[in-house]
Amino acid sequence: MSSQNLTIVQAVRDGLYTEMNLDDEVLVMGEDVGKNGGVFRATEGLWNEFGDDRVIDTPLAESGIIGTAVGMAAMGLKPIPEIQFSGFMYPGFDQIVSHMARFRTRTRGRYTLPMVLRAPYGGGIRAPESHSESKEMFYAHEAGLKVVIPSTPYDTKGLLISAIRDPDPVIFLEPKLIYRAFRGDVPEEDYTVPLGEAAVRREGSDVSVFTYGAMTRPTLEAAENLAEEGIDAEVIDLRTISPLDREAVVESFKKTGRAVVVHEAPKTGGLGGEITAIVQEEALLYQEAPVKRVAGYDVPYPLYALEDYYLPSVARIEDGVRETVSF
Amino acid sequence: MSVLQRDPQDQVRVLDENGDVVGEVPDIDDETLVDMYRYMRLARHFDTRAVSLQRQGRMGTYPPLSGQEGAQIASAIALAEADWMVPSYREHGAALLRGLPLKQTLLYWMGHEKGNQMPEDANILPPAVPIASQIPHATGAAWALKLQEKADRAVMVYFGDGATSEGDFHVGLNFAGVFDTPNVFFCNNNQWAISVPRERQTRSETIAQKATAYGIDGVQVDGMDPLAVYAVTKAALEKAKNPAEGEGRPTLIEAVQYRFGAHTTADDPTVYRDDEEVEKWKAKDPIPRLEKFLRKTGRLDDEKIEAIEAEIKQQVADAIDAAESDPRPEPSDMFDYTYEERTPEIQAQYEEFEALREKVGDEGFLRE
Repeated sequence: MSSQNLTIVQAVRDGLYTEMNLDDEVLVMGEDVGKNGGVFRATEGLWNEFGDDRVIDTPLAESGIIGTAVGMAAMGLKPIPEIQFSGFMYPGFDQIVSHMARFRTRTRGRYTLPMVLRAPYGGGIRAPESHSESKEMFYAHEAGLKVVIPSTPYDTKGLLISAIRDPDPVIFLEPKLIYRAFRGDVPEEDYTVPLGEAAVRREGSDVSVFTYGAMTRPTLEAAENLAEEGIDAEVIDLRTISPLDREAVVESFKKTGRAVVVHEAPKTGGLGGEITAIVQEEALLYQEAPVKRVAGYDVPYPLYALEDYYLPSVARIEDGVRETVSF
Repeated sequence: MSVLQRDPQDQVRVLDENGDVVGEVPDIDDETLVDMYRYMRLARHFDTRAVSLQRQGRMGTYPPLSGQEGAQIASAIALAEADWMVPSYREHGAALLRGLPLKQTLLYWMGHEKGNQMPEDANILPPAVPIASQIPHATGAAWALKLQEKADRAVMVYFGDGATSEGDFHVGLNFAGVFDTPNVFFCNNNQWAISVPRERQTRSETIAQKATAYGIDGVQVDGMDPLAVYAVTKAALEKAKNPAEGEGRPTLIEAVQYRFGAHTTADDPTVYRDDEEVEKWKAKDPIPRLEKFLRKTGRLDDEKIEAIEAEIKQQVADAIDAAESDPRPEPSDMFDYTYEERTPEIQAQYEEFEALREKVGDEGFLRE
């Protein structure tokens, strides 16, 4: 297979392009996705390639974008609505919760919605108000949705193609902090990375650090720094937060007996609580320390002058790991 | 007959592009007229400086307003002292007129929460970033004034053409119609919602005509003609506060205009629109238009204009200095305004944060 060296946002674009070429039912819709190529360029060139009926600039209405995508998906199309920033999904929240998540259940399988709702999420880019939140747990809390968050270019394309081919609706949240932070090899052809499977990014024996999205990189950096102190941390990138790869969580925890969870979403009600519950349920007797949550604080995401204090930093992750290991 | 009683398609105009009178000049004193000009110049200069601060990395993403000064300043200057304003995120000039200092606006776009801490005596709500979400607030605020028997005050809300596609626009206007609230809904139709043209937002010929569906008045005005904007806004505010027998209070104003620059400093308008179109609209620039009128009518001359220029340059420079010399916000601020008092969990998180900060210092948090 020939490969290209792409950033995450280019891998999004490549995943869309690849799947649109293979499947005429796939279409992209949203604000500024057409001629403008998306505000982050995630749909660049697609409008020229596939035209107005498959790369659709819509009126400015998130409930309209998501609600009409539900209708399209019910009729057998595979719409990929884009919401420009995850902070603007809320006008469409009713559509997501009341319909997108439930068509299969409500119709006992008569209808399914093969749609993927994409949005950039997360902080750290010095963005204006309402542009930096991490609200993935709203969607993880909603049965019927799958919630996918890639952290590498390779995974981005592979997970996106899996999401498009999945018969059920997927929320695909893209960590915009690392949209262009680095490049990775991405095959030109179509390939999939399975939904619901975590990836071990670094093997270790002392402590398991669970994370996803943009926090994967500072977590890996912290793990490398800690290795110099003799702490051998395993770093697990969850990749899909719903359904969660319980097996990977339990397997790693049984090996280390200690866990740290890192996410930028607020601590209370965050994924850290779920990970903690899973190890309690399935590996209690292996536990050697309390599970540590290194997370955003339980306050509204601050404007950017203070965002570095809000987001888990390398030093903060290191501190959390040390606390867990030395317990 | 009121300037509001006309077909939505019948655009209100007072000045043509040469500053010659083509309509009925509103009743407005000389001082206010010169002030209007001064604030428009100020808004334009502020805008130019703000874009340049962003380019130099001294400020974050910023939404420019150039081209929209006529609509913004001439409408805000029509507000009475006790009236309220509910802005979107582009009303830097209008907000200044309502008592929000330029320093605050700069701080907000520099990422300081303090920028949103309105002075106690400024009748203004914080800017709303999510599109159209402020419109129901304005209806609610006006409704409150009515319930409190203070409907001798009005609430004016700003939003763009893109906002009229959102549910909140319809909800806000519908409630206003049903409860007959003292509102002015001021739509800055600048033709573009980032890259999406007005025609892609609605099949309606005008935005003003949408008012009809809610049983309220709708009027279209040349939004780059400050005198026309003033006339229409003043009449709408008057009607909101003192409706004639059988007349409804709320009005939807569609101010037809153009943003000369980008939606924000994060987009490049040359990707989605032609230079030719931009030039066509630049010929309607509200500033020279008002200037020509004021010169022709003897209200302004070179000397006065030079004095105004010197004054606004100083004012903007002072605001930038003040904003940039403002101390970096204290990280503890993050924990202080979520509730009246910190919850035990927030307090615990704060203590953990401070303990770590003690240990690793600010450099343990700050990225470059």
